Amino acid sequence: MPLLEAQGVLKRFGGLIAVHKVDYYIEPHTINAIIGPNGAGKTTFFNLMTGIYTPDEGRIIFDGKDITGLKPNQINRAGIARTFQNIRLFGAMTVIENCLVGMHRRLHVDLAQTMLRLPAFGRQEREAQRRVEELLEFVGLRDKANEVAKNLPYGDQRRLEIARALASDPKLLLLDEPTAGMNPQETIAAMQLFRAVRDEFGITVLLIEHDMRVVMGISERITVLDYGQKIAEGTPDEVRRNPRVIEAYLGRGSATSQN
Amino acid sequence: MRVFSSKNSNQSVQMSSWRDALPVIFGIAYVLIVFLLLRNLSRADLWFPTYSSILFSLFVFSPFIIFALKIPLELRIVLIAIIGLVLMPILGMQDSFYLELITQIAIFAAMAIGLNIVVGFAGLLNLGYVAFFAVGAYLWGIFTSNANTIVRVTGAQAAPELFWLFIFIGMILAAFTGILLGFPVLRLRGDYLAIVTLGFGEIIRILVSNLSNISSNRRNPINITNGAQGLPGIVSPPLPDFAFQLVESLTNGLGLPVNNPRAFTYQLFYYGLVLVVCAIVALLAARLDNSPIGRAWTAIREDEVAAQAMGVPIVKMKLLAFALGASFAGAMGVIWSARNTFVSPESFSFIQSIFILAIVIVGGMGSIRGAILGAAIVTLLNLLVLKNFSLQINALRNIDWVVPIIDFPIRNWPQQLEPARYERFVFGLLLILMMIFRPSGILPAKRRQMELQREEEISEQEIAADAATLKPEDLLGAQPQQAKEKP
Repeated sequence: MPLLEAQGVLKRFGGLIAVHKVDYYIEPHTINAIIGPNGAGKTTFFNLMTGIYTPDEGRIIFDGKDITGLKPNQINRAGIARTFQNIRLFGAMTVIENCLVGMHRRLHVDLAQTMLRLPAFGRQEREAQRRVEELLEFVGLRDKANEVAKNLPYGDQRRLEIARALASDPKLLLLDEPTAGMNPQETIAAMQLFRAVRDEFGITVLLIEHDMRVVMGISERITVLDYGQKIAEGTPDEVRRNPRVIEAYLGRGSATSQN
Repeated sequence: MRVFSSKNSNQSVQMSSWRDALPVIFGIAYVLIVFLLLRNLSRADLWFPTYSSILFSLFVFSPFIIFALKIPLELRIVLIAIIGLVLMPILGMQDSFYLELITQIAIFAAMAIGLNIVVGFAGLLNLGYVAFFAVGAYLWGIFTSNANTIVRVTGAQAAPELFWLFIFIGMILAAFTGILLGFPVLRLRGDYLAIVTLGFGEIIRILVSNLSNISSNRRNPINITNGAQGLPGIVSPPLPDFAFQLVESLTNGLGLPVNNPRAFTYQLFYYGLVLVVCAIVALLAARLDNSPIGRAWTAIREDEVAAQAMGVPIVKMKLLAFALGASFAGAMGVIWSARNTFVSPESFSFIQSIFILAIVIVGGMGSIRGAILGAAIVTLLNLLVLKNFSLQINALRNIDWVVPIIDFPIRNWPQQLEPARYERFVFGLLLILMMIFRPSGILPAKRRQMELQREEEISEQEIAADAATLKPEDLLGAQPQQAKEKP
């Protein structure tokens, strides 16, 4: 049974159909990628899956539950965590605090307990901090734990966003252009990190990515969107050879001339 | 480190303890000098207004100075407790105006801390905060005033003993009002939110001035708030007899008899009460800040979309911020109306909301110490410094004083330029200067640094290793080592 299944999902913005009746599924414990030219509807599709937008048509089923129309925080609670195309950290908070916010859904929030500082509160805080430290160790930010997020270099901010998403202990992690703006070394480190997320935490990964080395290098299944429609799907090799993909990326004529 | 240094040599121990004692001596000397100078001020002195403004301001800042000293927390708390519980009441016996001022500062500080939860922590600009204060004040006012309100006519008045219960009812009612305001404004941000909350503050004020059947509201069936005339004769809770006797014997024993021991006892009571409430509010706010709730608020302030995507229920968290912030003002409203014995719609004008917001901005958004310091600065400026400046000019004018060096006769100072009339100008100037020089406030909020578990172990090992090779010179600072390196 797939972990996530989108059935005929459609999203309109005025006259524009950003996502047009897309059927999609993700198998558990896989690394998947969505690619497509700029404006193909990739990020809109992400926003539909994470509840930032509600689909106009179709359903999204996650882990056997219909999550269509749920709020982002409810979808996070169901087990989907994400990062953003343009990094959206909590700039004024420290690295640790960013991750602790990511852990919010797993913490028991009780006003009386907080105000009276009951023992259970301290226990929970210590436990949460310990788990965040482990996460920071995993992404390699432990020595910067107390730094304010907005002061981090770009690559570290990307990694912190992943750590923050992992803090909610998701079943599915959505990464929106996670290597954008990274240099080749950082990109290789990031790819290793994505694999480790899957292998060590058993988290299913879905990424939007423009860097074809990353896409072809780590994904097991690639889906191509163009003008809001799914035009191809398959393994990296299948997608690479698909004439419609070549056409979408390089224009009409390129596919025929290659054959 | 001190544990290790004691093993090394006596000289270094003396040096370090002498250095440790220096801030303590400084702190105590500062407080004592200011206190004694204040005690020796005479109202007959020509320069009394100036002296008392300066010295009392210095005295009010002394707890902040002590709190900033690098000495153990327990010692700081003891010193601050002495200032608050011993020195301040003595000054109050000498001149009860000082006690009034401090009480006013504490009331504003508690409200600023409450507003800080909404504005500073959660980033929701609220320009109608005084409405929640009004809810608390009118709650106790309506139930105990001697005006002909529906409550008095039907004999449903509350007994003065119920004051303590009404503090909690005031909190709950204000929190409920906060949620009521919160619901419609949840979708708004920034300027739009500010405008709606501003309107809400005005709604509450106009509501209390119209919920009556007197004067312009003659057609209304019942009188609830006594309209624009306000509610007079609001009662205070009864105090036990021994409290009055104790205060009277204390004032006589110290050689500072007060004119009206009963009134003075109540002044002392409200002083103590608002200090306690202010301390509780500060403690609760600090605990909230440093918890999943506080982190969720800050996350909403920083990036609402990301916060929601990270699983923070923003509707719930925003309503919680509104409710908690409002409840602090509600509690203070009940206390304030009892102390003031009179409330009217004018006490809750828009400028009061701005006043509290100015405290938060001057002190530092999201900073609890900042809110208290801001309340002290703004209130002192408003109620002491500017008023005394006017008094000083009048006193000098009466004796035809001439400013030395520039030979300016003070009687030529225009009457229109009375400093007390320029409070809004001075506040505007203060806020502009703050925005230029310290945009994040005098005491900006700091992010809490968390101790990492494994690093802690490492640093302990390092200290132990350091201690093993520590030489007496090391404790004296870096200079001897530099001298060695030079040749």
